Amino acid sequence: MKGNIIKYAKDNIDTDVIIPGQYLKVHDYAELATHAMEGLDPDFHSKVKEGDFILSGKNFGCGSSREHAPIALSHSGIKAVLALSFARIFYRNAVDGAFLLPIEIDQDAYDEISEGDEIDINISANEIKNITKNQTYKMKPFSEIIGKIIAAGGLFKYKPE
Amino acid sequence: MNIVEKILARASGKDKISPDDVIFANVDKVMVHDVSGPGVIKVFDKLKNQGIKVDKLWDPSKVWVAEDHFVPSAEKISAENIVKLQNFTKNYGIEKHFKYGMGQYGICHTLSHEEAMVLPGEVYVGGDSHTNTTGALGAFACGLGHTDIAYVLLNGKIWFKVPETLYFKLNGKLPDHIMAKDLILKIIGDIGTDGGAYRTMQFGGNGVDEMSVESRLTLCNMTTEAGAKNGIVEPDKKVLDYLDKRGAKNMVLVKGDSDAEYAKVYEYESSEMEPTISKPFSPENTCIVREAPNVDLDKSYIGSCTGAKYEDLEAAAKILKGKKVKIRTEVIPAAISIYKRAMENGLLKIFLDSGVTIGPPTCGACCGAHMGVLAKDEICISTTNRNFPGRMGHVDSQTYLSSPLVAAASAVTGKITDPRDLN
Repeated sequence: MKGNIIKYAKDNIDTDVIIPGQYLKVHDYAELATHAMEGLDPDFHSKVKEGDFILSGKNFGCGSSREHAPIALSHSGIKAVLALSFARIFYRNAVDGAFLLPIEIDQDAYDEISEGDEIDINISANEIKNITKNQTYKMKPFSEIIGKIIAAGGLFKYKPE
Repeated sequence: MNIVEKILARASGKDKISPDDVIFANVDKVMVHDVSGPGVIKVFDKLKNQGIKVDKLWDPSKVWVAEDHFVPSAEKISAENIVKLQNFTKNYGIEKHFKYGMGQYGICHTLSHEEAMVLPGEVYVGGDSHTNTTGALGAFACGLGHTDIAYVLLNGKIWFKVPETLYFKLNGKLPDHIMAKDLILKIIGDIGTDGGAYRTMQFGGNGVDEMSVESRLTLCNMTTEAGAKNGIVEPDKKVLDYLDKRGAKNMVLVKGDSDAEYAKVYEYESSEMEPTISKPFSPENTCIVREAPNVDLDKSYIGSCTGAKYEDLEAAAKILKGKKVKIRTEVIPAAISIYKRAMENGLLKIFLDSGVTIGPPTCGACCGAHMGVLAKDEICISTTNRNFPGRMGHVDSQTYLSSPLVAAASAVTGKITDPRDLN
């Protein structure tokens, strides 16, 4: 899966900036997308393209359980978030609802990948390749259940043994 | 096994489980509110389009519904969400729906204990991150998103990775000027907003034994701000009495074994505690009140599931009695039952005499929804739980988190004030 990076070089990007509380009453996915990242980057909506990836630091998606957060990003075109770590509810919302892939990366990948770089994510090899800079990094493998839910296409399509 | 492992083992039909095991746990109670309810309805619509049956819930008697975020309806969209929620509970036969304007209603986490909706030893999931609050009753209480809640409503179970447990031991009774809020802010300052990530935060020690149930609720409430899967306190007689008074029956006390294992133990001394705040823009950005920045506050907000339980209002009233507020101050009792008790015991008069505006129960400005949100550059001291950019309104407003004692003392002076320093 290939995409270009939108980089936010900071930790603890929280759900209040991903989709501010005043929009919690909104359940129209396309409308939520127009407010994605509004609390941090008012230009996000105009610059994001279908298939882009977000790159960020530690504890991405901390704060509320609002599924509006992965929904707003996903319906903006974001297919994956690459981060040093994720807050738990954001992570499971992203996976169980099949909105986007949460990819845990290492410090080198975080430091060296830049805004606009083209990245290829290879889940089966647990690798991410920076096509622009011709560098390859390991991603943290998904745990067994997460891998199975992603492969199934979300929690409702996953059949526990 | 510790208490969480025992609850999850029982719920997944296993004799023994350990951290990192993946289980499907049978759920005892599930809650949605006026934000997550319409979110779940949207998931149901998606499922219907995929040919998945959504015409029946697994057990409507285990589901309860709160109206809290945008009530009384803030504008047209929130009014429509309330109608959606009403139709949902009617169509699916859910009887426990706390409606505003019809007696008891309030913030979902407050109702969970005020109405004894959750009992010790239960697995309780809610469509809200602060579902962790209710772990103070000795339940496994965990927040989930809309898809997961929809899954629970249809299947009665959900997957969990069994969490490791961090144990926070408090030695000694907290002094009068210190509240549970000061302790949990200090803990979050120490371990950070991801310090409890994916884990359980359990509270114990004689300092916690001495605490009221409401204070324990404050501790568990803000485990969410440390990223924890859940917060929990082992239930005792205080919890049983508290729930018994509220009509609970057939309670079974689950406690950890004497050889229970914890990933890490942290110790805190009550005698060393200081009134503590979190500065903008993160709950982990803590300092003691006497070292707080000398800012001119615009507002004091005493509300939310974190800071508007009865004892929180009582603490604020103790400070405000006979004094006038210097800045805009709002008190938003977290449920009608609390509002009523505050009226009967004279707290509301104290607030009104001091100049405070009292609002009806709602999450309101805590999440920047309505009824007192902040303008650009406004600075607020608040008994709520989060102070990320834009949390309570404009992205350039600022929120300091504090205990109700500190928020009330600061309302009187207009500066961030240690309650001991108020004349």
